[in-house]
Amino acid sequence: MTQMFPLTLHQVLVRRSGKVVIGPTDLVLPPDGPTIIIGPNGSGKTTVLRVMHGIERVTSGTVTWQHDDPSQHAFVFQSPIVLRRSVCENLAYPLRLIKTPKPEIKQAVDHWLERIGLSDARHSPAMRLSGGERQKLAIARALIRKPQVLFLDEPCANLDGHATREIEALLQEASAAGTRLVMSTHDMGQARRLARDLVFMLDGKVHDVSGAEAAFTRPATKELAAFLRGDIVI
Amino acid sequence: MVEILEGLKAAFFLVITFDAELWEISLRSLRVTLTALLIASLIAIPLGTYLAVQRFRYRRFVISFINALMGLPPVVVGLVVYILLSRSGPFGVLNLLFTPTAMIIAQVIIITPVIASIAHQSMRELWAEYHDLLISLNASKRQRILTLIWDGRRNLLTAALAGFGRAIGEVGAIMIVGGNIDHVTRVLTTAIALETGKGDFALALGLGFVLIGLAILVNLAIHTLSQTEQEGRW
Repeated sequence: MTQMFPLTLHQVLVRRSGKVVIGPTDLVLPPDGPTIIIGPNGSGKTTVLRVMHGIERVTSGTVTWQHDDPSQHAFVFQSPIVLRRSVCENLAYPLRLIKTPKPEIKQAVDHWLERIGLSDARHSPAMRLSGGERQKLAIARALIRKPQVLFLDEPCANLDGHATREIEALLQEASAAGTRLVMSTHDMGQARRLARDLVFMLDGKVHDVSGAEAAFTRPATKELAAFLRGDIVI
Repeated sequence: MVEILEGLKAAFFLVITFDAELWEISLRSLRVTLTALLIASLIAIPLGTYLAVQRFRYRRFVISFINALMGLPPVVVGLVVYILLSRSGPFGVLNLLFTPTAMIIAQVIIITPVIASIAHQSMRELWAEYHDLLISLNASKRQRILTLIWDGRRNLLTAALAGFGRAIGEVGAIMIVGGNIDHVTRVLTTAIALETGKGDFALALGLGFVLIGLAILVNLAIHTLSQTEQEGRW
């Protein structure tokens, strides 16, 4: 397996309708993770994730992987997008795109259905699932190709504690299996539980990058300290 | 009111006696319309989907043009096809004028914009829903179009049925290019026009009721076969 990291964002700027959304900003992500991106609303967490994954064009600057292979990274959106198909068809879809042989697809789908506890719902329309189930399905669908990197944009937003715990377990398992996680969240408890590194974004720029333990015990800037305390940071 | 009752009686009589001529022109109506529908759908559905997925320079103009073509006057279409297929026209050598093929050509020209326009509208909405997911999964352009067509097949069926409705009730163009020749190009609509001209309103109305019944039957058959009303089936 070729090492994809470090991932380097150099002077990245994204402008939409004349308005600067992020940047110009720099960020280097090392091979080890998980990296959790935190910051207030509108600070550019989602956009920076989309830029890294390559689904958001940069106005200027560069995004450089050590070795880029788009088929080796996947993305989970805040509002899970499910195809208008059955649960098992949703899971099989990414494998069908890369023309995986049928027996392998069936094996992988069965494994993931079992893992996310949706075996009984395999033929149900995915649109009928609850929010938590949909998000689990979206994560399983993203992981089914065994990507080296998984980007997640607030995957537990609006979910209850039970669903959040299940999803965190799924992510920890994926991380332990070697998938590099890069995730944004609003939930500081979740950041504490999952993060190895913390990226703090403020006003469209990377304000601070530090190890999670150091960030929570000795925040490097007063803005980060205020944000971690729960103060309003503008 | 009397004419309507007489018409209903005539329709009932024609159907229960298995009137040979009625069967012949009904089957011809169906054959011409369904063939035109098939050809038009094969052109219009990929076109509408492509326009939803692909951005190019004159896209808006093309969409507006197709929308404008929805209002094409059938008589004008008939006239143009007549000129093209007439002996002195560029395709005169094919000897297609006053044949069911000429009627099919005219109907294809009339209903393709209808189907393409409705298909584009529904595919645009589905593309907005799927865009981020399909881009993030690195689906090729062909895979995106096929996914949209498959997952949006119910909406596309509605588009096709709109085209069928327009074609089965069409009279102006097929009268010109078909000539309403007995046992050759006579269909339900042209037969109705003929009987009305002859003053046989009861028979004309009877044929009209048969035409309406046929249209309803085809709609119901397509809905049933595709199981569009079964909740949760995709």
